[in-house]
Amino acid sequence: MAKRLKETDAVVIGMGFTGAILSRELTKAGLNVVGLERGADRNPADEFTLTRLRDELRYVVRLELMQDNSIDTITFRNAPDEFALPIRRFGAFLPGEGVGGTGIHWGALHWRFLPTDFRIKSLLKEKYGAKAIPDTMTIQDWPVSYDELEPFYDRFDKLCGVSGQAGNLRGKVVAGGNPFEGARSDDYPNKPIKTGTGPAIFSDAAKNLGYHPFPLPSATSSAAYVNPEGITLGSCEYCGHCNRTACEANAKASPNVNVMPVLRTEPKFELRTRTFVTRLLYDKQAKRVTGVVYTDIKTGEEYEQPAGIVVLSSFVFGNVQQLLLAGIGEPYDPRTAKGVVGKNYCYQFEAGGEAFFEGREFNPFMGAPGMGTGIDDFNGENFDHANLGFFGGGYIACLNGGAPPIGGRVLPKGEPRWGVGWKQAEAKWYRCNTRFNTQGSVYAHRDNFMDLDPTYKDALGRPLLRLTYNATENDHKMSRYLVEKMEGVIKAMNPTHYEVHNRPKNFTIVPYQSTHNTGGTIMGPDPGSSVVNRYLQAWGAHNLFVQGASVFPQQHGYNPTGTLGALAYWSAKAITEKYIKNPGPLVNA
Amino acid sequence: MSDDTVPRRKFLLGAGLAGTAIAAGLSDRAEAQQPAPTTPAPAPDAEPYVNLTALEAAFIVAAVDTLIPADELSPSGSDCGVAIFIDRQLGSAWGGGAKMYRSGPYLKGKPEQGYQLALTPREFFAAGIAAANAWTRKTWGKDFDRLASADRVTALKAMEEGKAAFENFEARGFFSQLHAITMAGFFSDPIYGGNRDKAGWKVLGFPGLPATYADKIDAYRDKRYVADPQSIADFS
Repeated sequence: MAKRLKETDAVVIGMGFTGAILSRELTKAGLNVVGLERGADRNPADEFTLTRLRDELRYVVRLELMQDNSIDTITFRNAPDEFALPIRRFGAFLPGEGVGGTGIHWGALHWRFLPTDFRIKSLLKEKYGAKAIPDTMTIQDWPVSYDELEPFYDRFDKLCGVSGQAGNLRGKVVAGGNPFEGARSDDYPNKPIKTGTGPAIFSDAAKNLGYHPFPLPSATSSAAYVNPEGITLGSCEYCGHCNRTACEANAKASPNVNVMPVLRTEPKFELRTRTFVTRLLYDKQAKRVTGVVYTDIKTGEEYEQPAGIVVLSSFVFGNVQQLLLAGIGEPYDPRTAKGVVGKNYCYQFEAGGEAFFEGREFNPFMGAPGMGTGIDDFNGENFDHANLGFFGGGYIACLNGGAPPIGGRVLPKGEPRWGVGWKQAEAKWYRCNTRFNTQGSVYAHRDNFMDLDPTYKDALGRPLLRLTYNATENDHKMSRYLVEKMEGVIKAMNPTHYEVHNRPKNFTIVPYQSTHNTGGTIMGPDPGSSVVNRYLQAWGAHNLFVQGASVFPQQHGYNPTGTLGALAYWSAKAITEKYIKNPGPLVNA
Repeated sequence: MSDDTVPRRKFLLGAGLAGTAIAAGLSDRAEAQQPAPTTPAPAPDAEPYVNLTALEAAFIVAAVDTLIPADELSPSGSDCGVAIFIDRQLGSAWGGGAKMYRSGPYLKGKPEQGYQLALTPREFFAAGIAAANAWTRKTWGKDFDRLASADRVTALKAMEEGKAAFENFEARGFFSQLHAITMAGFFSDPIYGGNRDKAGWKVLGFPGLPATYADKIDAYRDKRYVADPQSIADFS
């Protein structure tokens, strides 16, 4: 029997970027907030330190900061007629765990979606005809526009101290930036971080081909910066050890550095770590969630925490699982295409390559998250899709994020991978190669979805979430097109040797590809097509606000964090300015 | 046979473990019939294996020395501590299956569904080594570590290409894990026992873990940055 605790104004489940932002905004509005985090506390002063962080084996290979799959995982299959098996250790994607969540180890590429992305379905119909979109492509317009979201993108940029070069400042195109981006109300908080030699060559080659290269936007401050929370961020050290780990310089943005220090001194906020929320308590009649039940992992004690407002801000999989377990919203059924919870699971379709420049010296160990240059000429509707046979696109980038020695080595095809001659090949090629990536969109498909697994359970006895996903024909065509364009730029860079890699036919759960999982609790105009409304309020429970990329109707050709941060501020504003005064649905169903 | 016994005997001595307990454990094996040295002289920086059995360690030493042979760029894999690294890793929380979902039912699945065995990494290597030795005994009449060096190369290539017909074990998957842990041992921070004297980092020209390149990234544009590599211990 769960021990019932005193009611709090709001409970926040999961302390990643969105959970930290919501906690901050709600306490600022005067609410008492309890933050529940199933993982450990992660305090930068103690944990984000040298020499601890400079350990590729611990962080990059053995995945120190990632979710503990012995407690909880998901099951996976490629198609609805297959038997799903548990992912026994995460590989293709790596959700984080503990305070900061996935916002600690991310690559810090910080993007906004295109204004046209937000009305993609309507736009495709307008441009290519009412019947152009295949029946199986279940894309939807966002219920919010770029213009509405822009002030919140701006807030999140400033929280993170993003470094970049504006391409469109208040409607005026700025040379050197991304000319395709939506208008920004303000410049980036910081100047772009420096680029390496590879990305510089890429930039010249792309320009010669008539494309529009620009430095990638990165949530890594290029200079000391005080964010709007009054927190001083450090300046990037270009140490090259950033990916899958934290930043001791406080330059790479994380919830732990950019928000939590303020929350930790806030008397209205109480953080409870190692608390595993097993279920939401749903009053279907009243269309409210009355609270949550959680197990304190440190004591084994079960608690009920009643709350006026529940913010569900775990990773995509946790969000969907909680709603399915609580029976909030109709589960999606791919056979009938009816139902909404679990619908429109999307991924990021990334393909890449590498180029080798014999005899040159790129010092690949010097790097920063998001360090690189890109072009956006083939993203979204930035280019015409008439007669291409696919929709969507993505940005193409040349990256220099640091090449640690275990995982950061790459050799040309034909060179030995071990034995005689192998070390000589490493010595020859390690320091003179550069990497490329295409950040392909994934437009939702009817058969790609999430539901509860009928067989496997987590350590607390709950059914695991089951992911049914495969790459579609549209994904492959889109990606091959991007790779072709990428290859054109690589050739123009005149390398000694290069390789490009198209994705295999079937999605596989190894090796690592991207942690950009989206959908399942998508936002939309009505309960028939979505789980949450434009303010991320659940249609089925007006005091439940679902955060993160699980609300994306589909995934566009950019890293998701910029958009999920903007949505968190947008949702928080609706809660604090409208919902608190008059609790009830913010949009009439 | 005497030339065959040399590598394993050398390994036992190098490991500082050629005592009576080990010899007794190998009583049916050729080298155990040799008089055991009563006072073995351990190699200068020999470290004992704490997780691998003597037979497993012999396999691992032979394997990492085949994957990373001694040459002008570095000593052999085992002389760089890679076998010790593997011994320690398989005994670590990771080797014991920490953070790994281990509930059944266990089913084979498609390759797309990833690793589906009940074995922890420690158990996986134990099974893989046993299967590899059984296969080399069938093919060459000897355990892997007794093979001539050219045959070791042939054997590892066959595993890598999935052409080695292991009984009840997947040769390609085993090779892939063996290769991965060997590379991790050669290139991880020396504090884990491998990459001794930063040999792996020196091959690449990787400078280890300096705190900052903010003042170097422009200065060394298109110019080689050379530094004596620094490890965790150097900063501690």
